[in-house]
Order: sequence, then structure tokens, then C-alpha cells
Amino acid sequence: MIDLKTRKLNDDTHIAICMVAPALTGLFLFVALPFSLALILSFTNLRLGSPLPIQFWGFEQYRRIWLDPSFRHALLNNGLFALVVVPTQTILALGLALLLNRPLKGMAVFRTLFFMPVVFPMALVSVIWTIIYAPGADSMMNAFLKFMTLGLWQPRDFLHDPDLALPAVMLLSIWQGVGFQMVIILAGLQSIPTLLYEAAAIDGSNQWSQFRYITLPQLRNTLVFVGLVTTILSFRLFDSVRIMTGGGPGDATTTVMNEAIKAAFDQQKMAKGSAITVTFFLIVLIITLLQRVLVREERTIE
Amino acid sequence: MNNLESTQWISKRSNQQWLEKMASYLLLIFLAFLFTVPILFVVMGSLKPDELVLSEASTLKAFIPQQVSLQNYHDVFERVEFGRFFFNSLLINSTILVLGLIANSLAGYAFARLRWRGRSLLFVIVIALMILPFEAIAVPLFFQITLLGLRNTYIAQILPFVANAFSIYLFYTFFVDLPKELEEAAYIDGASTLQTFVEVIMPVSKPAFATVAILTFLTQWGSFLWSLMITIDEKVRPLPLAIATFQTLPPIQWGDIMSFGVMMVAPILAVFLLFQKWFVKGVASTGTKG
Repeated sequence: MIDLKTRKLNDDTHIAICMVAPALTGLFLFVALPFSLALILSFTNLRLGSPLPIQFWGFEQYRRIWLDPSFRHALLNNGLFALVVVPTQTILALGLALLLNRPLKGMAVFRTLFFMPVVFPMALVSVIWTIIYAPGADSMMNAFLKFMTLGLWQPRDFLHDPDLALPAVMLLSIWQGVGFQMVIILAGLQSIPTLLYEAAAIDGSNQWSQFRYITLPQLRNTLVFVGLVTTILSFRLFDSVRIMTGGGPGDATTTVMNEAIKAAFDQQKMAKGSAITVTFFLIVLIITLLQRVLVREERTIE
Repeated sequence: MNNLESTQWISKRSNQQWLEKMASYLLLIFLAFLFTVPILFVVMGSLKPDELVLSEASTLKAFIPQQVSLQNYHDVFERVEFGRFFFNSLLINSTILVLGLIANSLAGYAFARLRWRGRSLLFVIVIALMILPFEAIAVPLFFQITLLGLRNTYIAQILPFVANAFSIYLFYTFFVDLPKELEEAAYIDGASTLQTFVEVIMPVSKPAFATVAILTFLTQWGSFLWSLMITIDEKVRPLPLAIATFQTLPPIQWGDIMSFGVMMVAPILAVFLLFQKWFVKGVASTGTKG
């Protein structure tokens, strides 16, 4: 039983520290500490297994990765990926959400079907699509494209073609991710007050105007959020690339994370891997800050 | 309008609505078909003899197996220790889940409802840590774990993922909205903070726990990068890494690979189909909190 006299009112410091201790220790040991370590290591030349002593290298590591053609190609790929996937996936998710946002029967079934790919582990998705993209006339993708182009399409080896490999990865990413964004946008759509639409209908506006002047503005924050998450995910791209193409052919599909893992894990170059990692984080930080700015603008207008 | 005209107008309108409805359904069915093609392909492929998986992929036969056979499933178990991979995934994920729910909810509650020294500063740090995606710390964490000699263990695959800044934040936003009366009543009854948390707060926080559980599950079950870096052999290897290695294990038989895939995803799919509403709610809430 509690001794009410000795328990100070309004100060739970003792018990609070106990309650946050497990989580905060975890965050410190496994998030804050590694990140600081990455920063420190990136200023050295550490390579595991090297007989040479570790030295302070200043910004040399960063200078080197910026000169590294593979790294630059990786940055380009991530950028291209984001440029294509973010709008495509968002628009597709918006379209699906709009289609599903009616009181028709069976909407839940469709929602489930569109969301299903999201629960598939990316490793499995990569394996499935590897066979869909198989070379030769027998492959599903080649046959499908031949059908869609009325016979004009020649079979290609998607995953080994420098021009088609990255788009191939983009497609499966979109397939896997659309459902997630769709659900978020759908929730956003359903939170728009219907009386806005009713008022607009009374004023005689058509569906397109309603969409442009009610739906889109109301969805602005949701869409910005979805765009941000997808952009960050574009830069985190690793699993599918590693499993399906190994970054190839050449550097056609390599990504920032792929380069980081190649350096740190395959080549044991901890310092180089750390430098790439820190660069990656800075990119994510900039994108996140941009989103905060965009969203805040909207709030001050309201 | 007179009566006849208004009746005609009404039936024209409902015809138009019916057409719109049909168009929507057709479009949805077409899109749903496109979406499920890869899934159907895998399921059907797992029931076919290996040679036919690829050769029939270009025709509609890809979706209709001539003879249904479970031979591939049998082969998978003969060639690799699927049971072990499954067990590893299950062990790692449930431990992360359970420990995570406890640790993160306690922290979220302390931030939300208790007053203590250091609360604001630590909270700001937690929020700041939220932007760090796992990839930003994978490399140095790998270095740390290797230094500690913990490569190829369960611990290395569980412990780093228990504490999660975003989960703490989710719990925080939920607890902050609870009515103060809950704790006041418990205080009057003489309950300690911990008792209050367990007996009063937790029972009314089921949605928060469900959301965090589902989001954690979604992110962790498919984890590939970390297990790739940390595991060395099959002992503690989880499913996503296992199927990637199985895909390159000679002889490469696509029927077997497909059945591996089906067995790997069936439990998650089952969980998803059972708890759909929670999944959807959980995912949607990331949008509102973001």
C-alpha cells in the first residue's frame, strides 16, 4: 500500500524513470549510439580486417564517395526512382481511394485485394517478380506486353537490361506500396465533411470542380504526407535491388543503401559505409524538413 | 414538370446512376485482377510441376494448373529446413512484438501522463530519433554487434528493434487524449502508478496496442537487410532471407520456390484477413499522426 504522506504530489520522477528506462535504453544503445558511431567512423578510414591502424581522415571519406561513379549513379537512381514512383504511386492510390470511397457493396473486398501486396515481405515480392520478368517469350511480362502492343513487343531480359532494369523495379515497388498509401488517402477522403460537397452541389458545381476545389485542398496534408513517406522509402530502396539485380547490370539499378551495404558488408569498409549512411540520413532529413515547411504553410493559411 | 416528365427524369437519373455504378465495378474488377495476378501466379505455380511454371507463364494456363500436386511443398521440406526458418521468424517477431509493446507503452505513458524531471528534453530527443530510418544505423549497428561477438544470434535480431521511437510516439498521442478521471479515480483507491497503468489504462487502450502491434508486425516480418548482415548460416535465419537464398540454391526449381513463398506468406495473409479492420485502422492512423 502507498504511504500517501511521503509520495510527493505532482512529481513522479522516480517511477517515470523506471517506466521509460527500458525503451530509452534501447533507443540509446541501438539508435542514438550507432548513429553517433556512424558519424565518427565516417571521419576515419576504418576497414575491418585491415592490418593498418585506424586513422582520422577528416572529410576524405566523403570526398571519395562523391567522386565514386557507383555512388553517383546510385544517387541518380534513387532520385529517378523517387521522381517516377512518388507521383505514379500517389496518383494511383488517390484514384483507387476515390473509386472505393462510395457506399457501394463490396468496397471492403476490393480494399482488401488492393492492400494485400502490402503484407507481402519485399523479399518474397522480389522473388515473385523475378520470375514474372523472366527473359524469353514465355515470360509473363513479355507475353503481357506483346499482347498490349498487339504483337510489336520483342521479348527482353528485363533484369539484365540496363534500360529496363530500374523501371522493372519501380513497377514492383508501386505494386507493393499502392495499397498502403491508398488506405491512408481513403481515411483522409472519409474525413472530409460531406456538407462541403452538399453546399457545392447546391451551388451547381460539377464533379470535376468539386474534386478540384474541395477534395484536393482538403487532402493536401495527407497527400504531402504520403508523398514524403514514399520519397523517403525511395531512398531506402534495398531489398528488391539486392535480390533481383545486385545493383546491376553494371550500376543500372544500384541504390544508396546498396552502395552502403556493398562497402560495409561486402568489402568490410566500415568508414566508407558510414559516410554513405550519414549522407543518406542528410538527404532524408532535408526531405522531411521540406515536408514540415509545406504542411506548416497550409496551417497558417487556415 | 408534370408527373410524367418527372417520372421520366427520375428513371433517367437512376439509369445514369446504375451505369456509373456498373462502370465503377468493372473498373475495380479489372484493377483488382491486375493486382492479384502475381499472387494468383504464385499460388498456382506452387501446385504445378517445376518445368511448367515458367513455360506456361505466358498463357492463361499460368492461372489454371492441369494437375494439382503438392509435390513442390514436399520438395521444399526435403531440400531445406523450412520449419526452422519459420520458427526463427516466429520467435524473433513475437519477441520483438511483446517486448516492444511493453517497453514502448510504458515509455509513452510516462511521457503522456506523468510529470518528471527531464521529461521535455527526453521527449524532444525521442521525436528527433523518429526520423532516423533503420538504414541510417544499419552499418554502425552491424559494427557494434560484430564487436560484441553477437553475430548470428537471435538476440542480435531482436534487441535492437524492441525500442521504437515511432511506437512510443503513437502510444503517447493515444494516452494524452485519455480522460484524467481515470487516474484520479485510481489514485483515490490508493493504486500505485504502475498498478494504475496495468489495471486502469491498459484495458481502455486496446486500440493503441492493436495499432502498434500491427505496424510493428508489418515492418518486422519482412525484415531482410538486417538478417542479411547479421546471420551467417541457417541457424537463426528468418524467412525473407531464407527465400532469397533458396531462390539461388541449385537446382533452381521454380515450383519449389513458389511453394516456399506460399508457405511463407500464408500465415501473414491469414492474420491480415482476420484482423483486416485493425490493419486498415492502424495504417490509416499513421497518416493522421504524420
